[in-house]
Amino acid sequence: MAVILSNTLVAPGIFKMTVAFTGVVKPGQFFMLRAWDKDPLLSRPISVHNYEPGQLTFLYQVVGKGTEILARLQTDDEVTVQGPYGNGFPEITGNLCVVGGGIGTAPLYYLVRHYQEQNPTGKCRVYLGFRDIAYGVDAFETQADEIILDIGGIITDKLAVLPGETVVTCGPEIMMAAVASAVPAEHTVYVSLEAHMACGIGACLGCTCETRSGNKKVCKDGPVFVREEVFNV
Amino acid sequence: MSKYLATKFNDIRFKNPVIPASGTFGFGREYEAFYDLAKLGGLCSKGLTLEPKSGNTGMRLWETPAGLMNSIGLENPGIDAFIENEWPHLKEIDTVTIVNVGGKDEESYLTAIEKLNAIDAQLIELNISCPNVKAGGMAYGIKAETAGDITKKVVELSHHPIMVKLSPNGEAVADIARACEAAGAQGISLINTLQGMAIDYKKKAVVFDNLYAGLSGPAVKPIALRMTHQVCQAVKIPVMAMGGISDWKDALEFIMAGATCLQIGTINFNNPMAPIEIIAGLEAYCINEGLANISEVRGIV
Repeated sequence: MAVILSNTLVAPGIFKMTVAFTGVVKPGQFFMLRAWDKDPLLSRPISVHNYEPGQLTFLYQVVGKGTEILARLQTDDEVTVQGPYGNGFPEITGNLCVVGGGIGTAPLYYLVRHYQEQNPTGKCRVYLGFRDIAYGVDAFETQADEIILDIGGIITDKLAVLPGETVVTCGPEIMMAAVASAVPAEHTVYVSLEAHMACGIGACLGCTCETRSGNKKVCKDGPVFVREEVFNV
Repeated sequence: MSKYLATKFNDIRFKNPVIPASGTFGFGREYEAFYDLAKLGGLCSKGLTLEPKSGNTGMRLWETPAGLMNSIGLENPGIDAFIENEWPHLKEIDTVTIVNVGGKDEESYLTAIEKLNAIDAQLIELNISCPNVKAGGMAYGIKAETAGDITKKVVELSHHPIMVKLSPNGEAVADIARACEAAGAQGISLINTLQGMAIDYKKKAVVFDNLYAGLSGPAVKPIALRMTHQVCQAVKIPVMAMGGISDWKDALEFIMAGATCLQIGTINFNNPMAPIEIIAGLEAYCINEGLANISEVRGIV
């Protein structure tokens, strides 16, 4: 159980929760969250938005019964956070270009922050796409060299990857597929997948995805994959 | 070993009656991060088939009130890969090992069973009740005649004792259990998942590519308990019960209904420590009630 330090509304339907937690947490990993007994039955896989020693932050969208309960939690309430799970993003060297869509922008903030710490001279550009209301953009402004924001359009229409950039994308699958096919082959593109999960640890086989090298588990083998593994490019 | 929970299932000695259910526990490796698997009464493999299976396409999980629908479709590496890669690890764990086997037709069942004669598992759980595969699976388990027929052939061929895993989706479950007992089965396990359906009204489409799927979790417990009771009344061979057991009190109810051992399934996803907590809870119950062994309350209702 982790104690909630804050849990606030940042945009319609979007909440930011920080809990007391200390451990080794990599960008792109996720936790299984729960604050209920048997209904809903399953925990909710939520990606890490930020981690600093003692403080773990999630940015999440209310989409159903579980996240509705999470959204009602108050400071000093307790929540079960099981994890971190998944492999997260690989260490990026060279320049970084991230492309996030909607709540898929959540794990990218910790990635960008971590990247800047590890690559003080590296350049990082951030594409953020939202359907109607943008959120979490301020945080990126302190970390990224350039932010390209799109509201209501198609973020990949604006995408122009620069030489030497590694691309990381997270968002709706249709957006990630568009990124995967738009970026020239000489760039490495990592995609972070989302899937329904029961266990989060590789036991239930509910989040299986088809890859070029056979079935993989989004939770344990991912959620980050190189584009060629999961998209036809 | 707890003297309160030591349980005999025929001649097989379980240190306690709590075994994670097939399909919710992989081959155990994922849960080793949480506790020592030797604390469990036994381990049951993921459902295996003769050939590797990649499982079903599309959505595989759908949550329901206090329940979970799944359409995994027996994704597994196949018997040969299991024997080569998983069995050496599994057999070293100091607990009873159970291998769950399914098939698409008689030949695939029998070939798989024959291959398993090469290893020394303590028990085979014969899966004739998976609702999520198109061929075989549940087809054998919904009629007493076919269930008895396949059981007889498997029992004749296998070096292992056979426990038949029954479906809640067929003819009267007690009749099917009797047919399996008459065919030489040495145990019955039940229930596999209940066949259900989910529709996504927003997409105006069914949720699962395979149309129907299996429902499990606390939502199905009363049905599983009733079927366990019926089967325990109908046969003399021991019963390994499952279906929505989520804490020691649920576990105790199934023992009172007549079950010898218990399988813990879907709740592993909700609480990875559930089997260990159930073992502790059952032991505390025995101590508090002054029981010498949990078997004193078996089948008392």
